Amino acid sequence: MDFRSLTFSGVSRNFGRRRALSSVSFSAQAGQVVALLGANGSGKSTLLSIAATLLDASSGEVRYGSVTAREGGPALRHRIGLLGHELYLYPELTAAENLRFFGDLYGLDRVAPRVAEALALAALADRADDPVSAYSRGMRQRLALERALLHEPRLVLLDEPFTGLDDLSAMALRDRLSRVRDQGAIVILTTHELEAVDALVDVAWVLSRGRLEPLAAGAGSLRERYRRQVQA
Amino acid sequence: MKRLFPVLLILCIGMFAYAPFLIVNAPYESTMGLVQKIFYFHVAAAMTMFVAAFTCGIASAVFLFGRRPGADRVGFAAAEITVLLGLIVLISGPLWARKAWGVWWQWDARLTSTLVMWLVFQAYLLLRRFGGPGSDKLSAAVAIFGAALVPFVYWSVNMWRTVHPTTSVVPTLDASMRGPLFWCFGAFLCLFLLLLAARTELQERRARLDDLYLALEDS
Amino acid sequence: MTFLATAALVARKDLLVETRSREVIYTSLLFAISCMLVFAFGLVKEGRVVADAAAAILWITIAFAGTLALGRIFDRERQNETLRALLLAPAPRAAIYVGKLAGVLALLLLVEAIVVPLVVLMFDAPLFRHAGAMLALLLAGSTGYAAVGTLFAAMLARSRSRGALLPVLLYPITVPVIIGGVRGTAALLQPEADMVVARAWLMMLISFDAVFITLSLWTFEPAMTE
Repeated sequence: MDFRSLTFSGVSRNFGRRRALSSVSFSAQAGQVVALLGANGSGKSTLLSIAATLLDASSGEVRYGSVTAREGGPALRHRIGLLGHELYLYPELTAAENLRFFGDLYGLDRVAPRVAEALALAALADRADDPVSAYSRGMRQRLALERALLHEPRLVLLDEPFTGLDDLSAMALRDRLSRVRDQGAIVILTTHELEAVDALVDVAWVLSRGRLEPLAAGAGSLRERYRRQVQA
Repeated sequence: MKRLFPVLLILCIGMFAYAPFLIVNAPYESTMGLVQKIFYFHVAAAMTMFVAAFTCGIASAVFLFGRRPGADRVGFAAAEITVLLGLIVLISGPLWARKAWGVWWQWDARLTSTLVMWLVFQAYLLLRRFGGPGSDKLSAAVAIFGAALVPFVYWSVNMWRTVHPTTSVVPTLDASMRGPLFWCFGAFLCLFLLLLAARTELQERRARLDDLYLALEDS
Repeated sequence: MTFLATAALVARKDLLVETRSREVIYTSLLFAISCMLVFAFGLVKEGRVVADAAAAILWITIAFAGTLALGRIFDRERQNETLRALLLAPAPRAAIYVGKLAGVLALLLLVEAIVVPLVVLMFDAPLFRHAGAMLALLLAGSTGYAAVGTLFAAMLARSRSRGALLPVLLYPITVPVIIGGVRGTAALLQPEADMVVARAWLMMLISFDAVFITLSLWTFEPAMTE
């Protein structure tokens, strides 16, 4: 199963009395990098969780192509990759074992070559047999990214992937995501590091207390436009 | 449910008002005398408690698998009533046992089973209160497990206790006692339905209030 | 991936993780031994254990150590949110439950492998006189306990107050397992072992396992999706 767009129609999500998302509607296409901007607590992680099918919307509809999450079932999850705050790695296992486990779990063929390729892309080939608990934050993030991309998902969801990255790593991440985008993926990421993603982003949205608005086009960098919109 | 409320209320009051007359006129049990008459309320409450527990289990299954939020409200109300009725059974039981046999608690099969079921549904309520977001689905699973547990608890506690001889809790039922017992059971059922209707209505209003808060935030 | 293959994969991963860190097995074992010690202070009178107490000590120790192990196993998953990653995979979610159950059960049986001989030694209880029946009881009881425990611990992994709520939820539901285990073991410990009674308890435990594993398989996915 595959799809070329992700569409949110009037999606709302509340936790008891707290409204996390309020009638969010947008559409993202294959070959796009979408940035989701907003203050902490504005609902960005909730939106990503709903897009990843881990959370149900309280109302509204999410379609992957023309299919809803329920209709898509497990096959849909095959085409989705998520990288969260907590990286989803087993610290007791080595990098190679982590990748191999998720490769097998996703039922990929040719797991061994894919794992080798992923390790090379993460520049961790020489540390592949060390337990992840011995890795620095940057190394873990590179590994976590490759784990999320291992099964070549159509929809790539990243929750603050640039946090804590040094300049070089941020550049490498940008290149990686750019390549993923060029291969036809839908990339949706949340971030506070507006300078880091400026050159990468095709479309930007702003979430403010659960409501989604497009970032106004205009002159200036991403940060300048964002500040203008938020302060307006 | 709401429309039946006044009808149920009158029925309930009527049945409970008449019940004492039936109980007074029921024959005395040979060994225990007057004390035995507590059994009419004690057993009726126990039977109704199991009705409530099954209601909770079924409503929870409908909520969990059918995704109907209304079912969750019914389930929550039923769980509260299960705990309430359980409390009635667990207090009247020892009171009776003390007077009839001199000990407050002798681990008889039925009271012990009631205690276990009471704990399960009390755990349901605790989970609702302290579990945080998502605890409605979790407690629904607990209720389903609790309902499925009934035959197992009853069988194992019974088997545990009958290896040793014990005094019988419910004497073989004299025909003239059956009437008042079923009347009391009917009265308790009415009470159950009444409380269920009221509590579910309260939950619905709370949900509507939450929606209003959300609508307010939206605007 | 097929259902069983997924379950096997998850179970193997859990075993690998546990053999690397060994945290849960060590703490559970040590806790079990302390538990037995505490019971001994209450139930051993003039150097001899009160009748049937050995059976009780065995099963209560298993129950308590099991709760500890369950809590730690799912706390570990929660720390790196790997449970989310598992749920996100295209594998059938009930298979993840089965895989985790297998891991928990293996751990529990390993703890019992140490605790049972210790009970034999410390409380002079001839648990191995009818080794076959004893093993069957242990297996059936542990499976029932682990089945319900794994489901509840997984469900509670993201809740507040999960540490306190797990025992509150688990113990009432596993009452039949405790009764069956203790009374079955006690029947075997009689000078003239009561095989009929022991078999009856074993049958009850097996039907408990069947019913509650089925229920867990049905409820795992709906209960885990928020």
